Amino acid sequence: MMHLPTLSRRSALLGLSSALVMGRASLALAAAPTDKRFAVIILRGAMDGLSAVVPYGDRYLTQWRPELLPPPVGKPGGMLDLGGFYGLHPSLSGMHQIYKAGELLPVHAVAGSYRSRSHFEAQDYMESGAEERMDSGWLNRALALLQQAPATAHTSAIAVDVTVPLLLRGATNVATWAPPSFDPLDADLYTRIVALNQADPITGPALKDAMRQRGFSDKVLAGGDHDHEAFGSLCAAAAKLMRAPDGPRLAALELEGWDTHTGQPARIASALAELDSGLVALKAGLGDAWKQTVVVVITEFGRTVRADGTLGTDHGTGTAAFIAGGSIAGGRVQANWPGLAQHNLFEDRDLQPTADLRSVAKGLLSAHLGLDGAAMLKVFPGSDRVAPMPRLLRA
Amino acid sequence: MDALQAQALIRFGLGRRGNEPLPADPAAWLKGQITRPDPSEFPGALSTTECLTAWRLDSQQPLPPGQPSRVNSILAQEKIQQCNNALMSSAPFRERLVWFWTNHFAVSLNRLECLPVTGAFIREAIRPHVTGKFSDMVLAVMQHPAMLMYLDNWGSIGPNSPVGLQSGKGLNENLARECLELHVLSPASGYTQADVTSMARILTGWTVNFGDQHPGFVFSPALHEPGHKTVMGKVFPEGEEGGVEALTYFADQPACHQFLATKLVRHFVADDPPAGAVATIAGVLRDTHGDLAAASVALVDLPDCWTRLTKLRTPQEYVIACARAVEAEPVTTTLAAELMDGLGQPLWTPPLPNGWADRAESWAGPEALLRRAELANKIAGRHPDPDPAEVADACLGPFLRAETLQAIKFAGSRRGAMTMLMASPEFMRR
Repeated sequence: MMHLPTLSRRSALLGLSSALVMGRASLALAAAPTDKRFAVIILRGAMDGLSAVVPYGDRYLTQWRPELLPPPVGKPGGMLDLGGFYGLHPSLSGMHQIYKAGELLPVHAVAGSYRSRSHFEAQDYMESGAEERMDSGWLNRALALLQQAPATAHTSAIAVDVTVPLLLRGATNVATWAPPSFDPLDADLYTRIVALNQADPITGPALKDAMRQRGFSDKVLAGGDHDHEAFGSLCAAAAKLMRAPDGPRLAALELEGWDTHTGQPARIASALAELDSGLVALKAGLGDAWKQTVVVVITEFGRTVRADGTLGTDHGTGTAAFIAGGSIAGGRVQANWPGLAQHNLFEDRDLQPTADLRSVAKGLLSAHLGLDGAAMLKVFPGSDRVAPMPRLLRA
Repeated sequence: MDALQAQALIRFGLGRRGNEPLPADPAAWLKGQITRPDPSEFPGALSTTECLTAWRLDSQQPLPPGQPSRVNSILAQEKIQQCNNALMSSAPFRERLVWFWTNHFAVSLNRLECLPVTGAFIREAIRPHVTGKFSDMVLAVMQHPAMLMYLDNWGSIGPNSPVGLQSGKGLNENLARECLELHVLSPASGYTQADVTSMARILTGWTVNFGDQHPGFVFSPALHEPGHKTVMGKVFPEGEEGGVEALTYFADQPACHQFLATKLVRHFVADDPPAGAVATIAGVLRDTHGDLAAASVALVDLPDCWTRLTKLRTPQEYVIACARAVEAEPVTTTLAAELMDGLGQPLWTPPLPNGWADRAESWAGPEALLRRAELANKIAGRHPDPDPAEVADACLGPFLRAETLQAIKFAGSRRGAMTMLMASPEFMRR
């Protein structure tokens, strides 16, 4: 975990920038004509779902990975109970409070449709929302459908990063914004540089968006500080921007640090604590808008059920996801639990997935953002056999 | 400067340095860089063994407070020398190949273990092989402590090895998987999970000696999984030779030639590599059994390499090109590395083992491009003397657009003019 030094507004922003430099966290946002807020947090590197949401009630669990398990429920530093079969990792205490408020829904034994174990292909497919890598991400295509007329729509979009993840890339333009790390230019010079690039297909539109977004973000982020760990501050900034009446409505956040091949207990505890601080900051920062917000936390695949030779785990398949928000039908765990007996493991090594990540995303896009079945096939091409997961939101 | 000279200096090189002499025969000039020895200089640089020793001494005999650790001094010097070589290079095509292969075999300073040895890794495992056999580079990389530590292989133990049987510990598949996926074959080759696990067994025992006698790569029989192993239908023997055979074999497979050719053509030609050009380079790699000098020369002969520039300079390439355009002198600080950091591409710190992206969309975010303008303004402020119109003509030649020249001439200040030159779309291309 990274602690930032004392914060003025500018240094808080530079702190975000240093999070980027650490290569662990980033954020991109986009406007949409709705009051609903929707955020996707991508955990890059494959989160071990069996450590995040521990199925301690499964009697086979301890035989596979005794050295990787947190202390039992009720013991000091122990797991946080989720109703008698599952326990949240002890680093997720903030999320446990959200769970107890009925606003957190862990989903278990879930995976994308992809069955090889390459991080990079799996991330591309997960963000594309398809069984191949596409040039656009499913969140961008959902945005285009919400806007109906992407060519003329006003896209007030911001990214606290210098790049946009595939998830939000596509035909509908998403601008980026990040705290300046160099001295600003004279206003006139900015105007001339934008003009100089006007005709260029790549640099032209990008520089034009950059100018508009800096103005907006500087205004909204003025005052206040974001005194959390790096990911927490990123989420606090995102919440503040998304809460604004004219602010962005969709967000894509990325957090790295999950590829725990070695020394997993300490490394995942730190990564989960960072995730925890982010969700707590989102809920706190969104205030009244939390009721209209859905946050979904996904990762490209899970990790092996058995510990590897170096107190870690290798690339696997089934894992856990989280859904959070003021209207979520939470306070329970959504899972068709496959069991951890050897004959139940996927390829004798991984948690068998019993739900498709796309059905989770579809369930949220339909219940929360009102996209219909036809729209959903544009967002997730070739997914006609994947039904939206029902009852994720309270009626 | 004519169009061919500009292509050679910009597409294949690092941008023209000031008014440096122009090559009379651009293609011959590029090929000469491949056949002549590497002119880069690293005075006082330490070997991998010495770097590992310094790392050990940092923990055993820490230097007095206030003094940078040995490892931090080594890392700073490596960054300074690498950037200064790029700044001054008379063989910029060769230098670009070093950066290309360094990114192909990515290690990252995100892992603290990589701090002491990343510079040595590039100097010893990458640089000597960029015009040699690909299989030699693969072996040098896979036997270098930087890669063995970055992808965790140093702690991977054969379950049936003496240490494995005694400790109950086992495999770590990380390096084996990324080697097949990212270094040598790519997923298109069709390997399975069983192949990955088998490859990991082959590479057990490839570890790092951290002791005070000859620290560095070592093959440890006590960690090695006994017996022969099968990967993609091919059987490899027990022992270190099994790993050497496997890597040498996979480094000369058609899937590998196709994979490397695609990456090379994407880097030097276009984000979407033309199939004909890829086939040509793959054919050269096949016919020469992975001779990277031959492949590099073949790149120069591709007609596609002498067409319009479409690639967007990466932040690293952009910083170096700006500094060369204004003839910045070598510095004794890590300034260049810090500027790359400010543009979102910190030196030797890709976030993931697949290295930095090689497509414009990854670097063309609005904020990223605006920062280039601000960085250009900073560099322009440090170099107030050169005449912007002359620099524009010198570094872009026929690629300079009339409107950019017009903007430079009507700028409110020299610094503003230089900023606009470097923030013009044609300067951002290579």
